[in-house]
Amino acid sequence: MDFKGSETIPGPRAEDQLPHTAQAAVKIVIVGGFGVGKTTMVGSVSEIRPLTTEETMTQAGIGVDDDFGSASKTATTVAMDFGRIRITDQLVLYLFGTPGQERFWFLWNGLFEGALGAVVLVDTRRLEVSFDVMGRLEERGVPFVVAVNSFPDAPRHPVAELRGALDLSERVPILECDVRRRASSRDVLMTLTRFLHSLALTGPTA
Amino acid sequence: MTPPRRRRRSPRNDTPPRPAGPAGKEGTGGNPERLYVVAGPDGARADLDLVTLIVARSPDPPPSATPEQAALLRLCAAPLSVAELSAYLSLPFSAVTALLTELLTAELVQARSSIVRTALPDRSLLEAVMHGLQRL
Repeated sequence: MDFKGSETIPGPRAEDQLPHTAQAAVKIVIVGGFGVGKTTMVGSVSEIRPLTTEETMTQAGIGVDDDFGSASKTATTVAMDFGRIRITDQLVLYLFGTPGQERFWFLWNGLFEGALGAVVLVDTRRLEVSFDVMGRLEERGVPFVVAVNSFPDAPRHPVAELRGALDLSERVPILECDVRRRASSRDVLMTLTRFLHSLALTGPTA
Repeated sequence: MTPPRRRRRSPRNDTPPRPAGPAGKEGTGGNPERLYVVAGPDGARADLDLVTLIVARSPDPPPSATPEQAALLRLCAAPLSVAELSAYLSLPFSAVTALLTELLTAELVQARSSIVRTALPDRSLLEAVMHGLQRL
């Protein structure tokens, strides 16, 4: 690990510090099954080295002052990788990659409720893994696009066929991507943002 | 080869199935509790989002600050999100929000609110995001 400076807790590198003018942040959530490429996507577009925030679940509440971080051994830890893109000197975009299981989502206050939208990352070898995720986002009214991460040995389906299989309306963008490539991951985020923009213009129903 | 088909959950108004996690003791809808439950003076916790930006009001932690508070204050000499604080401090999100609640109450940090999607995000905000992404 590269520890910069002499602090016991390494903070952001000097070049990763946000300007004092930074006033607000928005977030986009990348959601998908295990191994579908969420972390890779976060890493390919992030301007900072991807970081991990975690939350710990147990049935008993334990005071943080009594046991600062050391009581987690019997508990379940859920981790979420995230990255950051500076949009302007005032505005920052954060990208969170989260597992598809709903029981984790409440751990981070307003993970989806406060998000601009979501990217559902799909692996065509395990398409069914994403079905529940889409249902949950629809129930929560979170707009999303579907990004098909093109693994070399994965079956290829025409978009129309995928749309039918995923039971998505014509409006919901579906695109292929290679999340290892920054340009490709960026295109996914652009597609989502354009989609959100079109929703803002025409309203959510059409 | 045809892909498997998704079966939509029927009527939209149905109550979503509850998560299968362990049941909360106080009827919290079956959600497991967070490990770090720290009560503030009145048991309240500041309403902080993962991307709420936090800035220390002064670069130097007061002598009364605990080591954790001092570490946090040093980290957010420049604005930093709650998620980043959690990552750099290696503390769960809820532990960081508890720490921040103390620091907000003591007026040692300032929270710059995140933009929450209300019904639909602001178009000019989305245009700014698009331009920012194009520069990448």
